[in-house]
Amino acid sequence: MKVKVLAFGIAKDIFGSSSTAVELSGEATVEALRTALEMQYPRLKQLSSFMIAVNDEYAEAGQELAPEDEVAIIPPVSGG
Amino acid sequence: MIDLQLTEEPLNISACIEWVMSPTCGGIDVFIGTVRNATKGKAVLRLEFEAYGKMALKEMQKIAEEAQAKWPIEKILLHHRTGVLQVGEVPVIIAVAAAHRDAAFDACRYIIDTLKQTVPIWKKEIFEDGEVWVAAHP
Repeated sequence: MKVKVLAFGIAKDIFGSSSTAVELSGEATVEALRTALEMQYPRLKQLSSFMIAVNDEYAEAGQELAPEDEVAIIPPVSGG
Repeated sequence: MIDLQLTEEPLNISACIEWVMSPTCGGIDVFIGTVRNATKGKAVLRLEFEAYGKMALKEMQKIAEEAQAKWPIEKILLHHRTGVLQVGEVPVIIAVAAAHRDAAFDACRYIIDTLKQTVPIWKKEIFEDGEVWVAAHP
């Protein structure tokens, strides 16, 4: 399954774009997406942490992704 | 009552305070975040804020509702700015009105502390010789 991932903050700099596409060959879970993103963009491993959001909510590792989901990478937040 | 805003426009401090005023509230607590001119001794020229807008508003709503569930507070206002902000400008205003001051103080503190942990907003510090996304790296 091909997943479009929206990017913000430093993730946008790492992707070089405000979104990227990731191909998941096996199971389409948040954990699989995280692994694929780190393979495609090794600089993500240097971050303090990052979360994945699915449909505007922080997602758990085991959550399954559906083709119509809006998926985003959330690097460490720093508002306020 | 809850009033949330995520905006590129300058925030209006007095309008925010007026919005939370109420005859049934004896205490208003206000937190105003301002752009500081230095980080760890290094001069900051400006900040740039970016948000995942709809998720940020959803998380802001959750925080406000949590605060209402935890403390007897009547009105909560939470405004956050995005875009480029110069030193001295105001990126965030939180105002809480309650019958008594303890609840207003506690809720206001809870809201800003939680916002900094969960709301998808990012700030970049611009220095003379470079720029850094705050909190991105260990």
